[in-house]
Amino acid sequence: MTTTSQRRQEYRNLFKQNVEKRLLVDKVVRIIVFACVIIAIIPLGSILVEVFKNGMSALSYEFLTEAPGSIGSGEGGIGPAIQGTLIIIGLSSLIGVPIGVMSGIYLSEYGDNRLARSIRFFNDVFMEFPSIVLGIFAFLMIVLVLGHFSVWAGAFALSLIMFPIIARTTEESLKMVPVTYREAGTALGLKKWVITFRIVISAAKSGMITGILLSVSRIGGETAPLIMTILGSSQFFSSMDVPMDALPLRIWRLSLLPYDSAQLQGWGSALVLIIIILGINLGVRYFFANRKNGILGQLVKKGLHAKN
Amino acid sequence: MGKINLKPQKPGRRPIADKLFKIGATVAGVYVLVMVALLVFQLVSESYPIWEEEGLSFITSTDWNAVDGRESFGVLPYILGTLVTASLAMLIGVPLSIGIAMFISDAPPKIGGPLGFLVELLAAVPSVIYGLWGLFIFRLYFKDWVEQPLHDLFGDSVFLFSGTPFGLDILTASVILAIMIIPTVSAVSREVMKAVPQQQKEAAYMLGATKWEMFKLAVFPYSKTGLIGASILGLGRAVGETMAVTMLIGNATGIAAVPSSLLKPSQTMSSIIANQFNEASPASLHLPALIGVALVLLLIAIAINIVAHLLVTKMMKVKEGAINN
Amino acid sequence: MTALSLKPTNAEIKEPSNPSSVDSEKYKMIAENVTISYDKTPAVKNITMKFKERSVTALIGPSGCGKTTFLRCLNRMHDMTKNASVTGKVMIDNIDLYDKSIDPIYHRRKVGMVFQKPNPFPTMSIYDNVTAGLKLNGVRDKKILDEIVEDSLKMAYLWDEVKHDLKKSAIELSGGQQQRLCIARALAIQPEVLLMDEPASALDPIATQKIEETIMELKKEYTIIIVTHNMQQAVRVSDYTGFMYLGDLIEFRETKKLFTDPKHELTAKYVQGQFG
Repeated sequence: MTTTSQRRQEYRNLFKQNVEKRLLVDKVVRIIVFACVIIAIIPLGSILVEVFKNGMSALSYEFLTEAPGSIGSGEGGIGPAIQGTLIIIGLSSLIGVPIGVMSGIYLSEYGDNRLARSIRFFNDVFMEFPSIVLGIFAFLMIVLVLGHFSVWAGAFALSLIMFPIIARTTEESLKMVPVTYREAGTALGLKKWVITFRIVISAAKSGMITGILLSVSRIGGETAPLIMTILGSSQFFSSMDVPMDALPLRIWRLSLLPYDSAQLQGWGSALVLIIIILGINLGVRYFFANRKNGILGQLVKKGLHAKN
Repeated sequence: MGKINLKPQKPGRRPIADKLFKIGATVAGVYVLVMVALLVFQLVSESYPIWEEEGLSFITSTDWNAVDGRESFGVLPYILGTLVTASLAMLIGVPLSIGIAMFISDAPPKIGGPLGFLVELLAAVPSVIYGLWGLFIFRLYFKDWVEQPLHDLFGDSVFLFSGTPFGLDILTASVILAIMIIPTVSAVSREVMKAVPQQQKEAAYMLGATKWEMFKLAVFPYSKTGLIGASILGLGRAVGETMAVTMLIGNATGIAAVPSSLLKPSQTMSSIIANQFNEASPASLHLPALIGVALVLLLIAIAINIVAHLLVTKMMKVKEGAINN
Repeated sequence: MTALSLKPTNAEIKEPSNPSSVDSEKYKMIAENVTISYDKTPAVKNITMKFKERSVTALIGPSGCGKTTFLRCLNRMHDMTKNASVTGKVMIDNIDLYDKSIDPIYHRRKVGMVFQKPNPFPTMSIYDNVTAGLKLNGVRDKKILDEIVEDSLKMAYLWDEVKHDLKKSAIELSGGQQQRLCIARALAIQPEVLLMDEPASALDPIATQKIEETIMELKKEYTIIIVTHNMQQAVRVSDYTGFMYLGDLIEFRETKKLFTDPKHELTAKYVQGQFG
């Protein structure tokens, strides 16, 4: 040994007696960190309270089912907006989910080449494209070409928001499935697509559904891309080729009106929109809670455990 | 049964089924490339008239007039408005989010679980509802409790706080933006921090680290990549965010929209599009001008993301190695 | 559950059975009536053990016998495990580790730990890994840091392999090197006790041999407590061995005696490889 125990004791003596100070710093950091939580929860809590408090007084059967009355009258309801939101969520999922899932599979299962790297890159960048730009893109591709507003344009625009999110979360969830699962499948002589769908995806399901959910709740509240694609309307859905209403659009239009009645209706619409979006979230969570012991992120933990 | 079959099973079938599967997946993967190319092409070609008319002054000038015969379009004020609001939002939102993530990732499940759940649910609050709340609730309090005192304190002497606090201005919009990015940034940061292996944390504690030092030694270095990713998500959302900003920034146009004080109205690229798109006639220069704004917005968003992306991939290499240990 | 009926009383087994040498030397660490429970289920039951200065004590026993749990409680690593509770006393130099008024940080300076799997800080260089604990303690002098890095790496038998690239990332090292780096990192804070939780279980035989050589050297200056699955390893490196079974300490004696002349039937069976 090169160093004697005396030298060691000298080293120890060099240690600053700084533990109390460090513990104080630690305490201060804990307080700051907790304050962060409180600071965030105050406005977020306030939103929920205000939306529920103000929205409840607007709610009625007529409000939920009828078409809007004349502007500023405070009559009528938001039936077309609710209907439109459900239609647009459904249609854009129809386009966005399959593309997103398949793209995620490609990135995870075949993603070890230059093409995949550029796809991954553009996927990440695409995800950050401002949604209003995607709205303009849909406007140029569909509305301008057809010469009229179109439900498909809106659905297309929203699907563009969805698919990169789904692709990325799918890829991440699939990647977290240990390689041994795939190897086990290969050892059994299974085909790659069978392995992917039967083994890998079923192991990665909760992560993927979380991603899909995330994207659905994101588009459900999107307003900007709808301005130039479905415009907004006071009528119930009649055709894919005429303007349609949606809750976020309706909220925005109502907030611009100088009438108290419009503001009240705005709160009512906000309440309905929040209930739909939180409902989707909670519904699937509940569904998973039954089968996965309530731990949605379980897969994430499993996957990372396997890595370490 | 019973006999071992050494022949490769069903030659031919397996490659075809798998090939089709691979082709399907590849097509879906390539979809994003096609969309990016089409999008850029469309924006460039449809905004071409305005570039032809205004040239570079479209970017550098501050005029904005859509009236027939006196048409003049300059995006500079909106570029500045976007950058200022998004940066302020980052400045406020990211530290808060990381603090939240630290608290939740480290709290006992009984406390961290519900809080995490709450934050996750609140990430789903649509931007238009943030706008509604900001317009009718937050603005009123913020004006009286923050903006007015700031203005009284510094007055017009400090340019940042000059103007009449009305609640429809850069500061309000930025704070709302900051609130909006908190759920996203904190949720992603939290997951990233939770993914730090227990052994790493124990290594830090073993050395006698306090909790805060443990974060500095074990959690932050390990999760840096993810934390930057989370912040980028926040910045991206702030730059492209439309509705809440449109409802709160006061919607100035032209030279009046150039950010000169936190307490004055401005306009962002996305809000001018949202405000004016439906009024713009395809026959006039107004529509190409707005599409031009979208193109500039897109390029800025892409630039931010590419810079961040390069940073992330550079750090990814460190992390991939770590996973193998 | 024959094991319980075979369990001897604590009086029979808790002292190493060589009183003459025990009296002349100092006990570095004493665990008294330590019981550790998860959600009220005890994993370690009322264990009393004394660890002599400059000795190696091995803890052996079948999986799940509580030896790792016990080891982790010796520097309060258990505070990090949820739902775990500890009763009893752990004294180091006559200070109780579980005294609520003293933050565990004070003790962890004295008690280093090496974990089952190498866990160097992946984003840091070899040098920074070793100095991480020193920097916490406010040591900033580059010359001192360099000196301690060299000393610690030499003690961990890693110096010769890495002395030319201390700036290399820690994860570029092999598994065995990483584990020795972790030993160096633990030694750098100049602890007095070193806890090792199956430090060689994830390593190949050559790396294992190196780690064992390191331990043999280290015991000249440190009190070492090592958990191991490997009985040969216990025989090779330790002076005393405690055999644990289902949370009980069955027998605790000088290693040679425990292996050649086990007092307890269970120990005999385990040592002969009849279960485990």
